[in-house]
Parts: sequence; structure tokens; C-alpha cells
Amino acid sequence: MTISIDPQKTNNESLQPKGWLRYFSFSLDHKVIGIQYLVCGFLFYLIGGTLASAIRIELASPMSDFMPRDVYNQVLTLHGTIMIFLWIVPVVNGAFGNYLIPFYVGARDMAFPRLNAVAFWLIPPSGLMLVASYFVEGAAQAGWTAYPPLSITTPQSGQIIWILSVLLLGGSSIFGGINFIATIIKLRRPGLKLMQLPMYCWAMLGTSLLVVLSTPVLAGTLILLSFDIIANTGFFNPVLGGNVVVYQHLFWFYSHPAVYIMVLPAFGLVSEILPVHARKPLFGYTTMVFSIMGIVVLGLVVWAHHMFTSGTPPWMRLFFTIATAFIAVPTGIKFFNWVATLWGGKISINSAMLFSCGFIINFVFGGITGVALAQVPFDIHVHDTYFVVAHFHYIVYGGTVFIIFSSIYHWFPKVTGKMLNEKLGILHFIITFIGFNLCFAPQHWLGLNGMPRRVAEYDPQFQFVNQISSLGALLMAISTIPFLINVFLSVRDGKDAGDNPWNALTPEWLTSSPPPVENWQGEAPLVEEPYGYGKEIPEQK
Amino acid sequence: MLNKNIYLILVISLVFAISFWIGFNVNLLPAEASINAPIYDELFKILFIIGLIIFIGMTIAVIYSLFKFRKRDDQIGDGIALEGNLSLEIVWTIIPSIIVLLIGLYSYNIYDRMGGMKELNHNHEMMSSNTEKIWAGISQTSDNEIAINNLSIEVSAMQFAFLFNYPKGNFISGELHVPVDQKVSMKMESKDVIHAFWVPEFRIKQDIIPGQPTILNFTPTKVGKYPIICAELCGPYHGGMRASIIVEEESDYNEWFNKNKKPEVNL
Repeated sequence: MTISIDPQKTNNESLQPKGWLRYFSFSLDHKVIGIQYLVCGFLFYLIGGTLASAIRIELASPMSDFMPRDVYNQVLTLHGTIMIFLWIVPVVNGAFGNYLIPFYVGARDMAFPRLNAVAFWLIPPSGLMLVASYFVEGAAQAGWTAYPPLSITTPQSGQIIWILSVLLLGGSSIFGGINFIATIIKLRRPGLKLMQLPMYCWAMLGTSLLVVLSTPVLAGTLILLSFDIIANTGFFNPVLGGNVVVYQHLFWFYSHPAVYIMVLPAFGLVSEILPVHARKPLFGYTTMVFSIMGIVVLGLVVWAHHMFTSGTPPWMRLFFTIATAFIAVPTGIKFFNWVATLWGGKISINSAMLFSCGFIINFVFGGITGVALAQVPFDIHVHDTYFVVAHFHYIVYGGTVFIIFSSIYHWFPKVTGKMLNEKLGILHFIITFIGFNLCFAPQHWLGLNGMPRRVAEYDPQFQFVNQISSLGALLMAISTIPFLINVFLSVRDGKDAGDNPWNALTPEWLTSSPPPVENWQGEAPLVEEPYGYGKEIPEQK
Repeated sequence: MLNKNIYLILVISLVFAISFWIGFNVNLLPAEASINAPIYDELFKILFIIGLIIFIGMTIAVIYSLFKFRKRDDQIGDGIALEGNLSLEIVWTIIPSIIVLLIGLYSYNIYDRMGGMKELNHNHEMMSSNTEKIWAGISQTSDNEIAINNLSIEVSAMQFAFLFNYPKGNFISGELHVPVDQKVSMKMESKDVIHAFWVPEFRIKQDIIPGQPTILNFTPTKVGKYPIICAELCGPYHGGMRASIIVEEESDYNEWFNKNKKPEVNL
């Protein structure tokens, strides 16, 4: 048996607190760490959501009247940073990756359990530091992109705390990435081939490669930026002969792959959820694997499409147009395959399925506007407008956040042994779906017609459409209420789930719910066909 | 089977018909006031129609699957054990590749017609003395055309205003006045942080960068007053960083120009 059991770790296990207290400890159990990531991320989601509400309240009227203008810029900077670095990236990677990957490869824990715990425990302090920077001298106010020279000339303490916080979060992300690669490559149960792994493993392998390749570039860039701010160096400061466009190249070399770091894991998760509830094998496993790897490779060479109106020469604009638009091909393959997975199935229409289908519809929309934005002449008009704001919220909220909720409905019974309430779940889906589309669809029009992003005030003719958008935001805020009620009620006295309520075939369902400390009572099962629906009916109960 | 195919063809034609109808009848864009604008709107219309076909098609496929293949109460067991279909995979790899490639080539054509592919390091009138490198922008005129009949303006941006320098008239204005149907060539530079020059009715935008001049050329086609909007976050009053571009008949423009013109100072 090559399943790794670190003897030191097993000894420590007896010293670890039991019950709910272990979630506040330096636990080395990948399942505990996964839940720590999820709950911590969700708390930051609530903070980021509150900031988003503040933005939509400000924009309900054309004048800048709800908060001071510099506070508005701090709010939008914190909103972006928190949602990306403290909610989406840690949750789709850290939370679900930690919980599921060891099950999927047939291991008892991650390859480096201590590194894993360190990676998580970097998050709460850096997140709190970021939020607390508001009370020092005002938080960072140069947007989540922190373009110099604005980031050099705005109040320094907020910007420096922002840089430190993002550096720590980037470090956490790199630790996680190394851990996932090592676990997927080295800790596979004997006999389990790479091409038998559930799709989420492939998604996490691709994502972790992106994390490890691109996050250090962001870290280096932010360190240079901090030198410019505190040591008066001139890397990016034009007054001292620095070059502001170099910063944009370096920043987007990470931050475009960051989009794939946020959506590839969601592509993996939806590939796990759809086959279970449609009772059909995942359509086109091999092409799905290749399209993930295609997205990883292409994702690294498209960053300059964020700079079409910046200082880029024409040939470069053209190259990045073609490269970016071609990402639509592997992405499109995945979406066709998911619809083909639904086709001819016996679909249970439940909350997990509805959120996944909502994801497909929203993401297709965001993908189409993405292909349009990749075209230089198209982008030149709408760049830095509300069209772009709408586009990326369709990708990261309509896409990834829908999948986070779908995954919570899908794996809640595994984690707690209790079912979530379906009626409240469907209510949650309906309010979220309507609220989301009401909030962001009209913003495309705003951008096309002349409303730039990151403004606290706008022309009066945009007021009505902005109010529709704010109404949508209100619905989105309300939608978390049935969700929270559902989670609290179900944890306390939800219906007993049993070990495998969905009759799923992936390995995490082949143990008890909630699973024991080292995942399986005996040896890890060998699952050669994680999507063998329609094949082994007699075996499944 | 035949029946099924007929329905499929019907649905597909309906999706196409609806998409084309919406594409041609729903206008999401502001007025067209430069020679760039109709070119842009042509690209927009094509992308809009293709996008609608894909979006409506996929949405129908998802919703239809949810209804048609939903699990009835009396059903047990799984769906069909269909793991893939190579020819389908090839079809939906090749068709999107072709569409994406065609869109790319078409947008190259559009960009070229807008003047985006023109060489930027030409001898700009105002820079003939030095050979500084122009980084980016849209240049609608070729080298030969540039000196003739071309209105040159120097734009400087700062927190939170635009200033327009008319070197021929030796004056600086807070409003940009240009004559209709005449090429305007702007050299832009920022005094502090990054700003952007955006006129939605012209469908043009270019960042104004400190330390690196950028070029933006355009030809207005419609008399009127349009907003100039800063599109790059530049500080607390970013939302209020506006100016106006006033496109007027040549005679009106000359009148305004002569009124503001200052005599040249001999040094």
C-alpha cells in the first residue's frame, strides 16, 4: 500500500481538538482545511457583497451623494480584491480542492498537510489586514489593478497594506498549487491511471500549473511597486523615468490567468455535478481533458487584451486578438459536452442541477461578450466601461459563484451527513438567477452608451437603467437569506442523508458521510469509471 | 426520425430568424458621429447576430433538456451510457474554430479600415524636431497625407481635466472644437496619472499615459456637442473628469479659432 500516512501527523491527530472546535485549530486534516477555506471565504463574500451593495446604492442616483468620492474608490478597490483573492480563488481552489482531491486520487490526505494548513492560515490575517486598512489612513483606492502612477500617488499606507495582503494571499495560493500538483501526480492510489481521474482533478492540475507559473510574477511586480512607493525607486514611476505600461504587462501576465484560476476549477466541479444528477456519463472525457490543457496554454499568452487602449503597438493588439478569441474553442467544446451530458439523461431537477444549468446559460453569455471584447476594434469603444464590468461578472459571478452554490448543494450531504432543504434551495436559485441577470445584463447597454467603470457619478440619462441594476443587486443580497437559513436549519435538523444520497459513483461518495478522519475505514476503493452511469446499475443499490 | 429532423431544422431556422431580426432592429449603440462609428457598428451587428444565435441556441438546448429528459416519478435507473461521440466532437471543434478565425480576420479588416494598422512613428507635424517613440493609438492617415489639411492638436490630461492646445493658434482651450469632416490628429500626454480619451459617439478610446505620448486620429462626421469622458480610474473625481468636443461647420470653427487665436510671440 502506497497511500501515504505520515506517522507524525497521525500522532498529532490525537492532540487535535474534536468537534466544531477543530475548525478553529491548526488542523492538518484536508477535510477540515477545506471547510475552513469555504466558511472563511463565505464570510469575506458577505463583506465583499456589502461593499457591492454600497456601490449599487451610490449608483442608484447620478450624483455622488452616498459616500465621499475617495471612500467610493476604496470601496470598489476592496470589493474587487476581496471577491477575487478572498472568496473565489480560495473557495474554488482551496475549499473544494482540499476536500475533494485526496478522495479523487485515493489518498488519505494532501501531499503536504502542514503546508496546506499554513496556506489556509495565511488567509484570515491578510484578509483582516486588508479590511482594517480602511481604519488606518483609508484603504487602497487605485482599483484592484493598482495601476501606477495612481497607486503611487494615493495615500501610501492603504496601498502598502493592500500589497502586503495580496502578497500573502498569493503565497497561500502558490502553496496550495504546489500541494495540488504533488497530490494529483504522486499520491494516486496504485492502479489508478491519470485518464481515470474525475475531471475536477484535471481542472485542478491545470489551475495549479497556472497558479505556480503566474502568481510569482504578480508577487515580483507588487514588490517592485512597493519599492516605488516606500523607497522612491523608479521602476514604474514616470517622474523618475519608470514605465507605467511595463506594470500593466506584468500585472496582467498574472491577472489574466487568474480568470482561469477562477473558472477552470468551476469547469471541473460542474463536470462532477452534471453526470450525477443527469444519471449519464460525462460526455467526451478525453476532449474535456485536452480542452482544459488547451485553455491553460492559451491562457498564458493572451494577457495584453486588457491593454488594447493602452501603450501597445498594433501588431501586438492583433496577435492578442487572435489568441484570445481562440480560447473560445476549447471553452466551447466543454459547454457542448455538458449539454450533451444532459441530453438523454434522467435529470433530477434540484438546486445543484439548477445552479449548474444557470451557470451554463450565464457563462455562455459572458463567453460571447468575451469573444467580442477580444476583437481590438470592438474593445476600443467599450474598454474600461460598464460593458466590461458586466462581462466579467457574467464570468465570475454567473459562472463561478453559481458553481460554488451548486457545489454546496451537491456536497453538503457528504460534509455534514444532512440534506439541504430543496424548496429553500430552489427559491435561492430563482432569486439569485433573476437578481443576477437584472443587475448585470443592463450594464452592457450602459457601457455601450457611454458610462465608464469605477465612477461615482454619471449622466442623468443613465439613471433608470442604473436603478434596474441596483434593484437586481438588492435581489442578489436578499438571495443569501434563504441560503443562510437553509444551511443553519439543515446543519441542526436537516433530513439524514445517508452515505450516498445521490447514488454517485465518484470516490468521495464511497465512504461514510461525514467521512472518517483518514477518509476510508479500510483501503481506498479503486474507481476506474467515475462516470459509469447506465452501466453498473445492479452494483449501485 | 424524419419528423425529429424537421423539428430540429425548424428550431434552428427560428433561432436564426430571431437573431437576425434582433440584430437588425435593436440598436444598442449611441449616435454615429465619426467615420469610425459606422465601421464599428457594422462589426457590432455581425458579432451581435452570431452571439445571439449561439446564446439562444444553447439556452434552448439546456432548457429543452431539463424538460424533455427530466426524471419522472415512476422512473428508476440511469440514462443512456453514452460516453462521447467523436464525429460530434470534431464538428464542434472545427465549426467554432472556423467562426473564430473568420471573426478574427474580419475584425482585422475592420481595424485596418479604422486606421489601426497604420504606422504610428510617422513624422508627425508637431514632432518633426524630435524622434520620440509613439507607443500606441489609432492613425487614420498615412505619412503622405499627414502634413496636408490636417488639424493638429496637443492634448494634455491631468487630475481632473483635459486641456487642448492649438499650436497653430497659440492658445489652449478647455473645450475641443473641431470642424466637421476634417481629419484631426491628436498627440496626447498626461501630466500625472493615466487617463483615457473616450468619445462614445466616435467609438474611439485611447489611454493618455504619463511619460509616453499616444496618438489618436479621427474624422468627425456630424455637427454637434459630444462628451469627452475619462475612462481610466484617475482618482476621487474620476467620474467628473469630462470635457466636450464641439463639432461645427468649418465657418463656425474658423470664427471660434480666430476669436481665440493669440499672436505668435517671437523669441
